[in-house]
Amino acid sequence: MGSGILLLTAVEMADLSLKPENKGKAFVLNAMDVSKEGLAGLMMYLRAQVQKIAEKKTVALRKLYANRADLIENEEIINQYIFDVMSIVRPTTRLESAYDSTLVFEAVSENRALKVKILSQIDQNNPVEPWFFTNTSSVPIHLIDEEAGLGGRVLGFHFYNPPAVQKLVELIVTDKTNVEMTEFAKAYAKNLGKVVVPANDFAGFIGNGHFMRDALHGIQIAQNLTRELTFAEAVYAVNKVTQDFLIRPMGIFQLIDYVGIDVVSFIMGVMNPFLPDEDLHSPLLDKMLELGVKGGQYSDGTQKDGFLKYEKGRPMAVYSPDTKAYVAFSEIKEKADKWLGDVPASLIPWKAAVKVKDKDATFGKIFADMKAMNTMGAKLAIEYGQRSNAIGKKLVADNVAHNDNDVNTVLLTGFFHAYGPVNGYF
Amino acid sequence: MSKPHKKIYMAAGFNTISMGTGRSEFNPKKERPGLEYYFREAAQGTLKQIDGAKNIDECAVGNFMAARFNKQAHLGGFFPMADPELQYKPAIRVEGACASGALALVTSMKNVLAGTAEVSMSLGIEVQNTVKAIYGADILAGAGWYQKRKNGHAYFFPGQFSDRAGAYYEKYGMDYARKGMGRWFRNAVENARLCPTAQEYENKVEDLEALYNKMKPNGASFVDNLNVLDCSKVSDGASAIVVCSEEGLKRCGIDKKDAVEIIAWAHKVRNITADPEDLTEMTCIKKAAHAALEDAGITINDLATIETHDCFSIAGVLATEALGFAEKGKGAQFVADGNTARDGMIPMNTTGGLIGWGHPTGGTGVHMAVTIWEQLTGRAGAAQITINPEKPYGMTINMGGDDGTVIAIVYKRG
Repeated sequence: MGSGILLLTAVEMADLSLKPENKGKAFVLNAMDVSKEGLAGLMMYLRAQVQKIAEKKTVALRKLYANRADLIENEEIINQYIFDVMSIVRPTTRLESAYDSTLVFEAVSENRALKVKILSQIDQNNPVEPWFFTNTSSVPIHLIDEEAGLGGRVLGFHFYNPPAVQKLVELIVTDKTNVEMTEFAKAYAKNLGKVVVPANDFAGFIGNGHFMRDALHGIQIAQNLTRELTFAEAVYAVNKVTQDFLIRPMGIFQLIDYVGIDVVSFIMGVMNPFLPDEDLHSPLLDKMLELGVKGGQYSDGTQKDGFLKYEKGRPMAVYSPDTKAYVAFSEIKEKADKWLGDVPASLIPWKAAVKVKDKDATFGKIFADMKAMNTMGAKLAIEYGQRSNAIGKKLVADNVAHNDNDVNTVLLTGFFHAYGPVNGYF
Repeated sequence: MSKPHKKIYMAAGFNTISMGTGRSEFNPKKERPGLEYYFREAAQGTLKQIDGAKNIDECAVGNFMAARFNKQAHLGGFFPMADPELQYKPAIRVEGACASGALALVTSMKNVLAGTAEVSMSLGIEVQNTVKAIYGADILAGAGWYQKRKNGHAYFFPGQFSDRAGAYYEKYGMDYARKGMGRWFRNAVENARLCPTAQEYENKVEDLEALYNKMKPNGASFVDNLNVLDCSKVSDGASAIVVCSEEGLKRCGIDKKDAVEIIAWAHKVRNITADPEDLTEMTCIKKAAHAALEDAGITINDLATIETHDCFSIAGVLATEALGFAEKGKGAQFVADGNTARDGMIPMNTTGGLIGWGHPTGGTGVHMAVTIWEQLTGRAGAAQITINPEKPYGMTINMGGDDGTVIAIVYKRG
């Protein structure tokens, strides 16, 4: 966890350190992880990514290093930049490294007790009263603040995966959060080129507030479909409806795998106690975890198998809990596709859809055409779109999001959807 | 010695595909054929047309920077790899940046004229997709003066020609200039679509000039005065041809009508440590082209077609002025009016040139000769233009660096 955040921050710090006015100042970024192996993978990832960034901005880097007579060719300049970024980063497994830090960015797993333990330990041993940014996606910030005794020196700074690509940052402050620190967080996000959406301090915030309910809905539909289809066919069908019919970047089961079945289950567990009128829990996820099927990603960013099995990042098969084996798409595709039926002729692929300017006209027509079709796929997609719409509206009604637009921005920039959930298409 | 004292010919030309972005089979992430593959294919393609390597007396290969792109020098030693019958025959590698190909031709021509060979094979080759463009720019910058690299652009040569384009814009107007440059790009791609080995063969863009106009030069990400469509391609490829005396032609069993005669050539070199005196003129091209025409005893009006070194569209426009088809500052209009298109007054780069066909740097000079040979002997397939019998001449202008080494060759239908 945290590799993308580390990358963005290291590059930003290196750019600052290379400014003439900062000459001679020491910039240190402690990269902390509990696992030495994890740190080794992190540093390799970092080096490869910094090289890509440097190759893209060589024109600017040549200007930055104009005074270095020894750096002549692009390759020499790129290598120097990689060296300068990497020199800022100190990989460590020791928490003590943070005892003199001024800013601590925490991105441990979504575990409230662990977060509280780490932040309080650092704070108690660090005499400079550091600021704490937590990359939490669901734990309420005021609880972390109170339980760790941070006196308002904490805010939620929630990146979306992968942070190097996704534009969104959810910024969560409480009524106690230090104002200066909030301003710094906004400037930092802006320097990283991010879109900041403020969310109120309610478990799950906007992003997971939508995603967890959306995911649970997908799981429940798939389970209902097992009356007519096999489990593998049902998962395949719901994944296809949520990707192809709804024009999303990936289907809901692929997204669950991408985030990690364990992480999704855990976040539901974090949010559920705060939702007295709902039960945000899935026995199916529990069962998958019991069987050791977790999804998530390897340290190099490749996808682990979960509900679906992946080859070169593409889903190729569906897990069947009964047989504890994957069933190849090729064995179920024909039947399931036939059962779902066609997509409307006006449908456009997601890649083209994200570029559409007049969203209302384009998606309004596509989903109106879909409504007029009497296929299972169209019916499921419309129902799914309506549910997503209701989730979005509820986030505003419950005062998690300030307005419809913030909900849509989170889904557009954090989940790369082509259209926001609060719309009139369904 | 640029007017031959005896008859010499070129024949049996062969071009490999120009591989790189634009070709559907090109995938930068997958392993690709290397230097040896293109070398072998080009050499064998020519040898097949002359009844085998036994008829070859010696070979010359033009290559710019295999020593860096492929970590390989000593390319003369590749000829016996292409055909065992070339084992223990003389072979040499010559270099003059992007004019290396024409230097191989010059080497072969001189040796045939000197009488040390009756049949000499010239091969030009470069395999450049081994590195990303940002590193390729470092390697290609070797065609300029290294002392200027530090203050040069990240994309060094695009930077050099961007400065030329900027100077031209300042004198004659940017919109005016870009009309000519945009038309040059359109001609390049339209011609490439007629040639199966061209890198832009599969280009399907309908309105090429509209695409060109949409892409404004952006100095923040590239160079100030050019967009990527103004630039030649990054290419892997090779070309080969034989230079023969009359006796050599007979030995190879080639009829004169299947060959082109070399009437004259000129080889000029400008001091690369000095800046060009006038950024809006290709002075070395001008001197080489005029010297070659004078030695050939013809004028530009006798030429049926020209292959000119359009590493950048502005170089194409400036060449029309250097050759004398347009007055200074009028080249952009001359091109914009369609005079250099395949059905124009003087068809140039009929298979796409460096922008459309591709630019395997060290191979380009030989590719140009092969194209003129194809056109004058009626072998250009779908790209064939009509050759007026009263204008049986063709010309190639191959340039290394920024107007640094230039070889202009005049050919006549055999």
